[in-house]
Parts: sequence; structure tokens; C-alpha cells
Amino acid sequence: MCLGIPGQIVEITDAPRQMAVAEVSGVRREVSLAPVAERPLTELLGEWVLIHVGFAMAVIDADEAAQTLIALHDLGEAQEALEAMAEGERAFADPASDGGDSA
Amino acid sequence: MRYVEEFRDPKAAKGVLGAIARVAGDIGATAQDSVRIMEICGGHTHAIFRYGLDRLVHEGIDFIHGPGCPVCVLPMSRVDECVEIAQRPGVIFTTFGDAMRVPGSQKSLGQAKADGADIRMVYSPLDALDLARRNPAREVVFFGLGFETTTPSTALTLQQAHRDGVGNFSVFCNHITVPPPIKALLDDPHMRLDGFVGPGHVSMVIGIHPYDFIARDYGKPIVVAGFEPLDLLQSVLMVLNQIRDGRAQVENQYARVVPEHGNPLSLAAMADVYEVRPSFEWRGLGEIDASGLRIRDAYRAWDAEEKFGIGYAVGRAPVREPDGCECGAVMTGRIKPTACPQFGRGCTPDTALGALMVSSEGACAAYWTYGGARATEAAQ
Amino acid sequence: MTVASRPSPSRLRGGRVTLAHGGGGRAMRVLIDELFTSVFKPDSAEDQARLMTPALQQPGARLALTTDGYVVTPVEFPGGDIGKIAVCGTINDLAVGGAVPLWLSASFIIEEGCDIALLRRLVASMAREADAAGVSIVTGDTKVVEKGSCDTVFITTSGVGVIAPGDDLRAEHIRPGDVAIVNGMLGDHGATILAARGDLALSAPLQSDCRSLGHLMQAVLTACPGLRAARDATRGGLASALNEMAMAAGVSVELDESALPIRPEVRGMCEILGLDPLYLANEGALVLFVPQAEADAALAAMRSVPAGQGAAVVGRAAARGTVPVTMRSAFGGTRIVDMLVGEQLPRIC
Repeated sequence: MCLGIPGQIVEITDAPRQMAVAEVSGVRREVSLAPVAERPLTELLGEWVLIHVGFAMAVIDADEAAQTLIALHDLGEAQEALEAMAEGERAFADPASDGGDSA
Repeated sequence: MRYVEEFRDPKAAKGVLGAIARVAGDIGATAQDSVRIMEICGGHTHAIFRYGLDRLVHEGIDFIHGPGCPVCVLPMSRVDECVEIAQRPGVIFTTFGDAMRVPGSQKSLGQAKADGADIRMVYSPLDALDLARRNPAREVVFFGLGFETTTPSTALTLQQAHRDGVGNFSVFCNHITVPPPIKALLDDPHMRLDGFVGPGHVSMVIGIHPYDFIARDYGKPIVVAGFEPLDLLQSVLMVLNQIRDGRAQVENQYARVVPEHGNPLSLAAMADVYEVRPSFEWRGLGEIDASGLRIRDAYRAWDAEEKFGIGYAVGRAPVREPDGCECGAVMTGRIKPTACPQFGRGCTPDTALGALMVSSEGACAAYWTYGGARATEAAQ
Repeated sequence: MTVASRPSPSRLRGGRVTLAHGGGGRAMRVLIDELFTSVFKPDSAEDQARLMTPALQQPGARLALTTDGYVVTPVEFPGGDIGKIAVCGTINDLAVGGAVPLWLSASFIIEEGCDIALLRRLVASMAREADAAGVSIVTGDTKVVEKGSCDTVFITTSGVGVIAPGDDLRAEHIRPGDVAIVNGMLGDHGATILAARGDLALSAPLQSDCRSLGHLMQAVLTACPGLRAARDATRGGLASALNEMAMAAGVSVELDESALPIRPEVRGMCEILGLDPLYLANEGALVLFVPQAEADAALAAMRSVPAGQGAAVVGRAAARGTVPVTMRSAFGGTRIVDMLVGEQLPRIC
């Protein structure tokens, strides 16, 4: 449910009505900033927001995104290390094998 | 695309899948004795099939597709009421594209349009309000549909209509809330679930605490998840870690978008415009107490149910679902879509009987489109 | 008269088409002469075109005939208009069958009240496109219908071309191991039209890919004697074209998601509206199958013409599996790419 997509606020079009233009991959659409208008609108210029049915529903937290990505990256690195280790053990157990093809 | 592509990185995916397999092994999950994880949200169901995640994860993980597709749980009677409003003289009926093909007992909105009703697809409720401003001689009705993600958008639009005095605009409110059906599922003695992947975009509005009861009262883990494939996989891993450690907590994988306490401005707009209905009918689940929202008296002039004397405003009889349609059992996770006697026979996306086959988020349509089902059949 | 100095003043009165322009009398004659025949310049004023070409005299040469009706809203959009599509679309239907397109007919259903200046632009656009493709518009028809009976203008074109002896492109000829190649970006037309309609209030720097593929197909036919089949991926997009071809050939096609040429703006539009670019319409994109050994030659031939600059291998045919078309994502998963049910609707969920 609830298709939401990150977009960047590139222009405030109507401050009293809290309207702005958001851009998603070069596609522009007017959106309402009403749900994220806790801060002054001008501070939202350049921010990335989560857009749903023409409303900016949340300001995306760049630090949180970075932390999630670091955790994911670490899992990827750990997996590569594990696979390299497993590879090493197989090669050690079966010196004739030239790789993992027989697995 | 920023915040999208990074969360589709294949190398990281390998890492998470490996970790999932290790933890699944640790807790002894097998294809026969699987860990059953319900993704509540239809958007997650869609992503699982679009990226083939159900076939990438360890065989001991079983995704159970939850009731979180607002189109799928919309009862036939409400579609009939939409059609009735749309066919009134002078009405322009506006809707999200999702609802166009959902079958009513007589016809869908798409068929009503072909029969001459003025039905238009819009991207935003604000576009419907603009349409009302541009057509002062017409009555413009917006089909308010969706969970807490979408509810603030119609609340804010109604506030705008109120402020600007746009009298020829109204909302047919079918907004529903996520926690009550989860509670209904957990109270079902036939349900066996080991944990939940929670709806990310609903939670960006309501925060993560409305799910506390799941962990506290039912002892089940729940992880609020984003919608990219890595988000989903990481959330599955977090659920598995809780199971392995014997924990039951509400965790937030989607912290870049979901604040712990939700969005105060959206919550305020919702509270201003809407109140909880005593009960609301869900397709396949029946009437659930306090699971739907209605428009408060202060906004009564913009309530289509009042304006057109329809629906809960006048008392209503439930409409029977088509014979042999097992949408209810699928939606509660009791059976897989393929176990429905109509799946792929009487019911395909071309000839959908039930809502789960109509909406692209419906478990049946997702099974059909992305091949979960047909791959399974081929294997047998 | 104040306009006496102008060489040929317009005899069309008013700025709009009226029912009188379809009535068979003098007004209709004026409309046809001034708007259509003066631009298309057919050889004969008779009711039928009379056609001859040396290519037909070769033993084994065959005529190819195709017809298509064109309706599009709006009738003018970035990168093209209904006239250009009506010419390109029919040329392309001939070209993907291996025919050299030669002649077109054009039939116009015009809504009462249609702007004459608009019609002039559409006709000029058709003539320009036909000239560039080396095709003549040799006969035609106009009808005017009451306001509300059609949307501005509908155009039907039929096309005739000649297939050289020995050429026989058919989907049934596709074999496991063959390579699927597209000529360029996918989904540009569908996304452009979505934005141009305005009701979704989306704007994007996009243009329709509307273009003729005749020269491109001739280049590939020359370079690749083993060319199996080609289809233009119009309505229903690449997904529908591939499903039809795979089913006809009795093979399965596996697409490589990361190889699909799709503009960021088209992806953005799809993400916002919940659409799949594989199903977006194209008006200048084709997919063709060649044996693996000729893949490089096909790519080089395609890239030698403007319409093939973005040529890319996107998939491969294999022995028939459970379903006609699947796609492997960069993520490692595989999914079915089915035929579209009805039209794609924008969604919020």
C-alpha cells in the first residue's frame, strides 16, 4: 500500500498555501508541504522528501539513511569474507579442485 | 535515483541473504517447518514479487501476505455506493487509478464510466479540489481510499476546501486503519504467525508505537520496513534475529523516513477532520470494530455520505462475495492464493472475481503477474 | 483587393472545419485541394493511385500491405503529432516485416470545429516524415463528423511496400540462443503522452521517440543475413511485443533488467505513478532477434543510422520454459513479464 517516492524540493511556488515543486529523476510536480511545514518553508528548499499523492509526507533523514546503508554494506563485506573463507577451506580439503564448480 | 538505487545494491543483497540463511539455520527453519512472516502492507507484497525475494530468501522463510492493500479490503458494497454516487446527474467522480477495476456487485467504476458516468482518475486529492474550483456548476466527489499514509492528504484537502469555501466538493470516506485488522488476525485461533514486517509509509504518519501491543500482548516481533528490496531483506533479518534471541520488540528499519512518534502535523489534520467509526466492513474480514474513519460534523458539508444520503449515513446491507471466492482466507493468510479453487480458473486478472486479483498489490495478482504461483505449479 | 499581391490566397473561409467541408460540394473540394493534394502532390487526380516499381519485377519479390488507425490525445505533443505517428507507425509496420515502404494512403476523420491551422501543421508533418522515409502519400480521403463524434482528428493510413526475394522475417524463425536487440530508449512516447495530457500535472523534459524505422531495418537486413524477426514495440510496450514473438516462436525470452535502455525521467515517471516502463508505448522502438554470431553485426548496422544510436542487447531466447517472457533483475531475482491486462493505470498503492 501507499506508493511513496523520494523527491527533492526545488522551488517554493506558493508560500501561503505551502505549495512547492518537487523533482523525481527530472520529473516535476507541484506538491503540498503541509505535512512537513514545521520548519520554515525556505529551509525545505533542497531537502529530499517522501512524496505520496501530491504531498510531501516526510523529510528524509540523510544520517539515518547513511547508517542503514553502512549496516547493509557491512553485511555485504562480511558475506564476501565468509565466502572467501569457505572457498579457502574447500580448496584446502580438496587440493585437486580448481574452484567451486563441483559444489 | 537518490534513496532508491542504493537500496537495490546486489552485493549488499548477497550479504543480507547470507545472514538470513545463517539465522534461519540457527533457529532450525526448514521448508516443512518454516518461519511465517507476514508483510502487512500490499506495497511490500508487490516488492517481494517484483524482485523475486520469495525465491531468493532461505527456504525456511514463508511470506504470508497481509491485509494491507486498501483496494483489496474494500467491500463490494462500497464499490456499489461509489457507482451510485458517480451516476448521479451533475457529479464528477474522482478516484485514484487503483479503484477503477475493482468489481462491484453490478459493475466496476471503469464499467460505470463506459456507461456514461463522468469518472476521472486523479493523482492527488488536491487535483480533485482544483477540478471542483474549475467546475462550480458540478458536484465533484473524491473517493477517499487508503490507510493512514493517505488519510492526511484527504484531511488536508478537506481543510483547504473548508478554508476556501469550496461547496461543490466532497469526499466519500473509506479510510481505514492498520492496527485493528492486525489485532483481529492475532486473535484468530487458526492463524500461525511468527513475526511481522510493518508498513513503512503508514508508520511515517503514525509512528511505531501503535504496534506496541503486537510485541507486548502477543509476543510477536515486528520490524517497520522500507520498500526497496534491501529494506525488506534487512527487515526479515531483524525479525529472525529477534526470534533467535527470544525477543519480541517493535523495531524500525526505515528510520530515514519513519520518526518514532510519526508526523505531528499529519496526525493533527487527521484528528481535526476524522473520527473513528464504530465499525467498518472489510472484504474477507467482515465488520471490524473501530477500524474505519468518518468525517466529523464540523466537515459534514463535505461528507459525500451525508450529501448524497448513502452508505453508513443511511444504514446498509452487506453484499455477498462471489461464490467460490476465497479472498478472505487468502487475506488472513489461512491459504495461499493457489489454494483458492477459483485461482487461475474462474479468476485471472482478465476476469477478476475478487479484489486480490484486481489490485496490483493484491496477493493473487502478484502471484499471477510475477509468477510465484505459476513457478510453483511448474515445479509440481 | 488588399490581398491581390499574394500569389494564391486561401479560399478556405474561417479558421475551423465545418460540416460543409465534408458535404461533397465545393467547400470539400477546396479543403482537399488546399490542405491535402497541394502538399502530398499525388500523381493522379483519379480515385485510385496506380503504382509500379522495378523492385516488384524481380522473381520472388512480394508486396506487403498494412493498415492502422491512429488516435492520440493530445494530437500534438513534444517530439511529434498524430500526423507524424500515422506515417511512421505504418512505415514501421512494413519495415519490421523486411519490406521497403513505398506508398501510403491517408484517411482523415475530422471533428467539426477542428482548427484548420492545426490540420495544416499535421499534413505538413506527414509530408515531411514521408519525404524523409522515401515514401509517397498517393491517395486519401476525408470525412467531417459532428462535434463530439470524434476527438479533433483520427487518421488511418495504409501502407504498401516490397519485400526483396529471399527475405522472410517471422517470429516463428526465432531459435533458442538468439539474441534480442532493441534500437534505443524505451518508454519515451508513453511517458511523454502521460505528461502532455496534463491531468496528472507532471512535467518532464521528454520527447516522443516517434520516428521511421525503414532505413534502420534495411541496414540490418543488409548486415545480417540471419535476421530472424523484428517487431515494433508500440502499444503494450516491449513486454507485449516480446510475449507475442515468444509465443509465436515457441521459445522463452529472458530479459536482463540492467541492460534495458530507459531514461531516468521515464523511470521517475514510472516510480511516481506506479507504472512499469516495459509496458509503456513506443513509436520508434523495435526489438529484433538475430543469431548470436550476428549480434555484433546487427548492433553495428543499427548504430550506423540515427534511429539505432542507442541499440543494445537486452535478452536472449531459450528453449520454451513455463512462461514466454521472464526478466532477471540486477538483484538476482527473476520474475515473469506477462502480457498487460487492459491498460496500465496510475496507482497510489
